[in-house]
Amino acid sequence: MILSAVIILLAAIGVFFTFVAAVGVLRLPDVYSRSHAVTKADTLGVGCSILAVALYFGTASEVFRAIVLLLFVYYTNPTAAHAITRSAYSRGVDIWTTEEGPNQ
Amino acid sequence: MNEIVTTALVAAAALVVLTSVIVLYRVAVGPTTYDRVIGVNLIGTSIVMVLVLLAAALDRPAYLDIAIVYALLNFVLSLVVGRFTYDPSGVEW
Repeated sequence: MILSAVIILLAAIGVFFTFVAAVGVLRLPDVYSRSHAVTKADTLGVGCSILAVALYFGTASEVFRAIVLLLFVYYTNPTAAHAITRSAYSRGVDIWTTEEGPNQ
Repeated sequence: MNEIVTTALVAAAALVVLTSVIVLYRVAVGPTTYDRVIGVNLIGTSIVMVLVLLAAALDRPAYLDIAIVYALLNFVLSLVVGRFTYDPSGVEW
């Protein structure tokens, strides 16, 4: 009973953070801040979902595969976001600033 | 009790699919190519999440393997776009 409640709660947290990532991608002003929203929120969302599924199965084989998937996602998502934003900066994509300009 | 958990996991997967539909707006409109790549990356991560949730809801552990392969291919897409469009002469530091 408690296990079921924990599984449902973790899945709900995962869905919530995926929604936060989607809202961030829609509403933030430039490439860099959008990449920030995606990396933070979506990594946490996938982490909570994978934890929920590992608790649901509970057998050694599935828990091991879930942990491997979690490690892959945690390692690859920030790397991909860094590669994309570095490429965007090298191509001169505008950085969003306030009216007075940066550093003020 | 188990049926409640299964239904909740399927509902969570459906909600994740709905949020990826929202992200499709950024993929279609995004001012630069990099916005589109970030949107596609987020949709791919959401698909990994849907696969993981359905693996538990439908009780098919093999979907976890598919999710691992999908996560790695998603990473390769973003990394290839990021590396091949990188311009070393455009960076000053």
